[in-house]
Amino acid sequence: MHGYVRTGNSQPAWLFPFVVITVLILSVLPLARLAMVGIAAFANGGVLTVLGDPSVWSATYYTIVTALFGTIISLVIGCLFAFLLTLTDITGKGLLSFFFVLPMMIPPQVTALAWVQMSGPSSPLLKALSIAPPLGSPQPLYSVGGIALLYGVQHAPLVYLALRAGLMTLPRDGVEAARLSGASSLRVFRDIILPLSLPGIIAGAAISFVSCTGNFGIPAILGIPASIFTLPTLIFTKFSAFTSRTFGDVAVLSGIIAMISVAGLMIQDRALRGRDYRIIGLSGASAAFELGAWRFAFTPLLWAILFFMLAAPFSALVAGALVPAYGVPLTFKTMSLHAFEEILFRQAVTRTAFVNSLSLAAATAICLLTVTVLAAYALTRRRDAASRIVSSLIEIPYSLPGIVMAVSFILVFAAPIPFLHISLYGTIWIILIAYLSSFFAVSLKPVVSAFHQLDPALEEAARLSGAGFFRRLFDIIVPLIAPAAGASVILVFLIACNELTISALLWSAGTQTLGVAIYNLDDSGSSDLTSALSVLVVLMVVVMMLLLEFLAKRLPKGVVPWRS
Amino acid sequence: MAKLILNRLAKDFGTGRPAVSDFSLDVREGGFLALLGPSGCGKTTVLRMIAGFETPSDGSIHLGERVIADAAQALPPEKRNMAMVFQSYALWPHMSVADNVGYPLKVRGISGEAYRAKVGEALSSVRLADYAGRRPADLSGGQRQRVALARCLVTSPDVVLLDEPLANLDRHLKQEMEETFREFHQRSGATMIYVTHDQSEAMVLATDVAVMSEGRLLQVAPPAEIYARPEGRVVGGLIGRGAILTLPVMGSERHLEWDDLQDALHAANTDGADILVRPEDVTIGGEGAPATVEAVLFEGERYAVKLTLGNSQTLRGFSRVAVVPGERVRVVIRAGWRL
Repeated sequence: MHGYVRTGNSQPAWLFPFVVITVLILSVLPLARLAMVGIAAFANGGVLTVLGDPSVWSATYYTIVTALFGTIISLVIGCLFAFLLTLTDITGKGLLSFFFVLPMMIPPQVTALAWVQMSGPSSPLLKALSIAPPLGSPQPLYSVGGIALLYGVQHAPLVYLALRAGLMTLPRDGVEAARLSGASSLRVFRDIILPLSLPGIIAGAAISFVSCTGNFGIPAILGIPASIFTLPTLIFTKFSAFTSRTFGDVAVLSGIIAMISVAGLMIQDRALRGRDYRIIGLSGASAAFELGAWRFAFTPLLWAILFFMLAAPFSALVAGALVPAYGVPLTFKTMSLHAFEEILFRQAVTRTAFVNSLSLAAATAICLLTVTVLAAYALTRRRDAASRIVSSLIEIPYSLPGIVMAVSFILVFAAPIPFLHISLYGTIWIILIAYLSSFFAVSLKPVVSAFHQLDPALEEAARLSGAGFFRRLFDIIVPLIAPAAGASVILVFLIACNELTISALLWSAGTQTLGVAIYNLDDSGSSDLTSALSVLVVLMVVVMMLLLEFLAKRLPKGVVPWRS
Repeated sequence: MAKLILNRLAKDFGTGRPAVSDFSLDVREGGFLALLGPSGCGKTTVLRMIAGFETPSDGSIHLGERVIADAAQALPPEKRNMAMVFQSYALWPHMSVADNVGYPLKVRGISGEAYRAKVGEALSSVRLADYAGRRPADLSGGQRQRVALARCLVTSPDVVLLDEPLANLDRHLKQEMEETFREFHQRSGATMIYVTHDQSEAMVLATDVAVMSEGRLLQVAPPAEIYARPEGRVVGGLIGRGAILTLPVMGSERHLEWDDLQDALHAANTDGADILVRPEDVTIGGEGAPATVEAVLFEGERYAVKLTLGNSQTLRGFSRVAVVPGERVRVVIRAGWRL
């Protein structure tokens, strides 16, 4: 009979297989390939040679130590902001929150450069203020401590967001009941709020730790000059000195990173066990505490931290961009816009980088949007074991450090694709595919939450009106999830635009991204051009974040990360 | 228009107990069928199978000569030419009232003058012609309901399904909408299936009432018939506010008079037949059986009285004069129905 379908399912028969195949290509294939190469390296004894290399062990040591201290620093700063901004009546919450999350969105190598420009004997800013240390004194940030400090600054927003999400669901009546039982503010905090917010703190610590182990930008700028190598920078240098053994070596090194990350996540799992406090009753502990006279201590403290995290490094970056060369003090006489002119209009390399990054980011965001709308539809409507497995497969590439995914994709595409005989290695397409894989989860999350808020009857009404799948997709579903889809596009664009770790391994002549261009310019010593490019990137980030901020009112809760 | 036939329909969600089982029903053409039952009895599942949102695990659904669904295959909802008023109204918030109503026409490729005329006609039939340009968010609950109804009207569907459409409205608005539904049914001549748990809605609106419980169909009959001659305890308890007595009456006559009941009331043993007694058939006073007043509710035009008979069974009746709890009275049961 014509027009009949097998079941009453609202999805066309091709939809779920399409999602599954996409996930197989983007998530399963690269990781399976990585595992295969790693196992092959085991089999032919290559692993023993790698593990016998002392540089591997020192890199592993530095990775763990910097990640641990970085996590502790991010925990301290992140918790302070989360508790004060969520639970107290401190003024200017919106502004503080926006500024505090900003470092997370700024590319790590830009953060590192800004801090280098801010401190040390040749800082143009310190020189302009005549407080620079004497020439010849060491740059304090080129050290394990420096790397850990910047990890802390970069990832504190992650802790903040994880903890804040937990604090927003705290039971207000629970706090009030404790108050009526006679507990003082401090006791309520210690006995009620701290235990209930522990899951958020643990989750934040785990995310921060995993991000630290995979970070490339910060140890590349701060570690390499001092010969401190972490695993990601070691992989990078192995690729620079390419030999026949490189693939096996980097597969093993990525395996070590992946194992450290998984260990971190397992410790989190362990710590969270038995702490599943379902919140009952009224939630929303907004302004549970009045600061009173303490506000005069805390408000300046928060702004001072933001000054050192953001304002000072950014001013140093601007100062660095305005002076003709590193080490020249900034005065009205030395100031010029020459560097901006150079990177925007003269240097072909930076222009190509702009074009590459913007088009890669746009292509990633738009391709992913198409896939995620279909995937979110299929996954929210199915709700069976298969769809849960697919959802977690989508999460894996995002939760693994970017460098692991980059290595995996190199391994997949190093040889030409069988049957098609096309080689993607060295082209811009390999970067695009790696981005699609890594940012799938980022793109999916807002769209899925929009689908969950959508009344299924709205689609059913369209079905009874006679609209087929694509018709109701374009007439009903897409317009209704448009705000979330817009947010997803901007978020992916923002992250892809500033990405360095993946492109640092995958770029070749002509396919450099903005992140790579900044790194290379710094490597070649043109600090004024590096600073100018970094300033432009930071401005771009701020503009996109403001765009999201304006969209926020029309979005489902939790889509814009820094808003409640 | 065509006759809708449900043939031994069953649905099992795999929860251990089937949601619907062995459900057979013929809906007469142009009829207004109310599907009545307590919540969770499977009535919404039946409606969603008719619409095509669920596929039957067994049995089949026929519309006229065509099989529209059986266990192996189903016509998707978009090809069934049905319409539905959802409990949440399901108006599309990004479209104006006129666009919402006209969408089924747009999907069918109707445009221009014909489109405008049909939308205008549908809107004026629910008295919303002046609201064409508004967004659903700017309307009140009753107005949204009427937009949803106009959307059903616009394509002259074979079957109109209504899923507890009055559940979210206040009492005053309910009455007004009941009026609108009746008018709508008379004018359109469409076959309508109306799911509700409220027996008074079902009685007022429907030409036929189908009573469901625990996934099974218990009885289908016109409202007056089902009120007067319910089958079984469940239907008897669901329809109206009668009391069910268990009395040792003789014979097999189903309609019982005071003469048949009088002796049974005085008998000591209480096993026997289930007898449904409507409160309007109970007269307080005279030479009847002794009873004690348990509770009295003043309802304006009369008192609703809950009584306990000598054999400690509960009876409901009406009284024109005030009685007080604890008072000993005599009651006459003028009519009863053997279930």
